[in-house]
Amino acid sequence: MSIRHALLGLLTEGPKYGLQLRQEFEAGTGEVWPLNVGQVYTTLQRLERDGLVESEDAADDSPQKGFRITAEGEQELAGWLRTPPDLSSPPRDELVIKVLVAVRVPGVDVHDVIQVHRHYLVELMQQWTRLKEDEAQFDLNFALVVDAELFRLDSVVRWLDSADGRIKRASVEAPAPAGLPLPKLRRRVGQHT
Amino acid sequence: MNMLELVGVSKIYGEGPNAVHAISDVDLAVEPGALVAVMGASGSGKSTLLTIAGSLEKPTSGQVLVAGRSLAAMSRSAQARLRRRSIGFVFQDYNLLAGLSAIENVSLPLELDGIPAKKAQAIGRETLDDLGLADRASYFPDELSGGERQRVAIARAVVGERRLLLADEPSGALDSANGEAVMRLVLAACRRGVAAVVVTHDAQLASWADRVVFLRDGRVVDQTSPVLGPDSLLTPTSNP
Repeated sequence: MSIRHALLGLLTEGPKYGLQLRQEFEAGTGEVWPLNVGQVYTTLQRLERDGLVESEDAADDSPQKGFRITAEGEQELAGWLRTPPDLSSPPRDELVIKVLVAVRVPGVDVHDVIQVHRHYLVELMQQWTRLKEDEAQFDLNFALVVDAELFRLDSVVRWLDSADGRIKRASVEAPAPAGLPLPKLRRRVGQHT
Repeated sequence: MNMLELVGVSKIYGEGPNAVHAISDVDLAVEPGALVAVMGASGSGKSTLLTIAGSLEKPTSGQVLVAGRSLAAMSRSAQARLRRRSIGFVFQDYNLLAGLSAIENVSLPLELDGIPAKKAQAIGRETLDDLGLADRASYFPDELSGGERQRVAIARAVVGERRLLLADEPSGALDSANGEAVMRLVLAACRRGVAAVVVTHDAQLASWADRVVFLRDGRVVDQTSPVLGPDSLLTPTSNP
């Protein structure tokens, strides 16, 4: 999460104070990402050092010190918005490792292990969905954040469902011989050389 | 009293070595106003469970009670009456009658139950109004979008005094916005006291439910606890 660029984004609306930026950041993310006021000021100092924002009165260190975005800041923000985050390499996903290990450990029912995680994820999704129930309280930013979380959790459940089925079919078709090494999990997709 | 109760319900298709156990020893209780989702993979027995709950099929063993009345103790005509009056079905492919308008589709179960056409249509119109479909009442199914068709199907399922809604993959081929709209309608019906069972493989749909029951190879293996309040997600992790 780039607080730096989120603050630049807020400053495109006009000059703002540090405390105001913190409040608007939290409101704009549906208060799902709380922000320490110290983080805001540290980030603003770095942005100022890099020439991306300027303070209205450099001598004044009070909380009422206002900041505005510079032309360089606007350019930096525009570039960042269109730069895709690096999703080319599979993340080291703990849940994937758990399932891979469960397949190999004697006496462990991998389907039960998968169900424990599916149960947990669906309960989390139920809690997020409850937040959507009252549409009157549901502004656009909050809706976007909640949907992002629901789609993320949903993708994990879908993977578990798929793994469940794949493991079941594999056990019917050809039992895996014991003693094979774990599959190599080194980055093979989109590897940067 | 539970609106729907399944006690030790099993369904076996075929006999001997070819017998297929579609569902085994399923217990399920749904109280009025509750939305219960049944999640499971294809072939886990979800649809069988729903058709048995709706008296469209008989269980091989076990008991099904709707509003406290055992289906096994009812004649076929009493079961048909129960389906017409108390149970609404929603299917993946809408199952609307192509030759009837939206309002005619919605009021049809009431007319079949002996309510005069004029009165049935007035009740149907109210239901369409509630579901935001007032301006689509005279449209035929092929003039409606997929999302609108499914909303009409839900209107038909909850029209009149229906107190049990049984839905099989109700968001079917709909996109996520329409899927959400469908679940909002189901939830709204539950908040008015309807008991609903939605079977689905889709976790986003299931997450609208008060309780999610997991089915694997025809057996209930697990179910979620009551949903925690939203506050549990929004506990600040840092404080100034």
